Amino acid sequence: MARITASVYTSHVPAIGAALDLGKSGEPYWQKVFKGYEFSKQWLRDNTPDVIFLVYNDHANAFSLEMIPTFAIGCAAEFAIADEGWGPRPVPVVKGHPELAAHIAQSVIQDDFDLTIVNRMPVDHGLTVPLSLMCGQPQAWPCPVIPFAVNVVQYPVPSGRRCFNLGRAIRKAVASFDAPLNVQIWGTGGMSHQLQGPRAGLINREFDTAFLDQLIADPAALAQKPHIDYVREAGSEGIELVMWLIARGAMSDNLPRVAHRFYHVPASNTAVGHLILENT
Amino acid sequence: MALDKPYKDVPGTTIFDAEQSRLGYHLNQFCMSLMKAENRARFKADERAYLDEWPMTGEQKQAVLARDLNWCIRLGGNIYFLAKIGATDGKSFQQMAGSMTGMSEEEYRDMMIAGGRSIEGNRYIGEKK
Repeated sequence: MARITASVYTSHVPAIGAALDLGKSGEPYWQKVFKGYEFSKQWLRDNTPDVIFLVYNDHANAFSLEMIPTFAIGCAAEFAIADEGWGPRPVPVVKGHPELAAHIAQSVIQDDFDLTIVNRMPVDHGLTVPLSLMCGQPQAWPCPVIPFAVNVVQYPVPSGRRCFNLGRAIRKAVASFDAPLNVQIWGTGGMSHQLQGPRAGLINREFDTAFLDQLIADPAALAQKPHIDYVREAGSEGIELVMWLIARGAMSDNLPRVAHRFYHVPASNTAVGHLILENT
Repeated sequence: MALDKPYKDVPGTTIFDAEQSRLGYHLNQFCMSLMKAENRARFKADERAYLDEWPMTGEQKQAVLARDLNWCIRLGGNIYFLAKIGATDGKSFQQMAGSMTGMSEEEYRDMMIAGGRSIEGNRYIGEKK
């Protein structure tokens, strides 16, 4: 049987990718960000899974206004790197895991979550920046990745509660896969930030700290937080944090072991938060 | 019956909901077209002519020509789509975000390094700081 062994949470700020790609990671501004991931890179080398199920959002790259699925599961064998307008990031192509992805789609849809099955989906910084933060700059990513795109751009986005319950359905789906795979689930985006309007630049350290505490200790209660609290307290783009609840919902009901925790302001416009939780 | 939109009283913030999306459909699709290098080149060569190929409103075209992102957002633009215009212009996301705040690029960058814009006084329209 496959099992989920750990979850990783991280912001996916595009400027972090640009800093790496343009060789700026040694600059003091960026060192403060990358320092928080030194432990994580070693941890991933020591705990390389067979598959990463990576929850992220597309930023108007794979999906235009022609069509925006609420939950899209990437079932292809390979995913191209998106050209977001600056040219594609110079990072390895993302290899999928079609067998497990199809199995999860089959199981989760029958559990009443309407996933869209997607086979052609260029992946943007939402997916590649977390991989870069956790893996550095390898020739190939260390394992297959199942991209799972959540709409957090076109409001209304799915509620925290729905995301948390979806995580539980993903947990069940993975557990019924008939091969002994070690699976990690990653939740990305956030933390507090706002990229638009006169309120752009909003950061709320107090909100973020409480969110991290509660995500670890009492995620079911955190899942009840309404959208408006994210928008008002964490900025219009802070709503991305609902994606962390998918990963958390996929963990076991036992209290997880906190392998790593990091928080830093700023990376460009954003508060960077990062957690590694291991199932116990 | 009117739908509940509790986010309308958040200051300096426009939520890209289904209504905004309806208004901004062609504006945002124009932005998407700038993901192709040949379209970026054609746009830069003659912005007005390129915009006229799209069924956008005259005001939306003006807002794009003026690079007034707040104006674009009022007319249904979404920041992730509008970012394609910034990319075409060679702007970073921080430069784009800062351009909407009335601050200079340096002031905005310094505010972020100092911990960002405070939440105090920024939760509700008319809230006292």
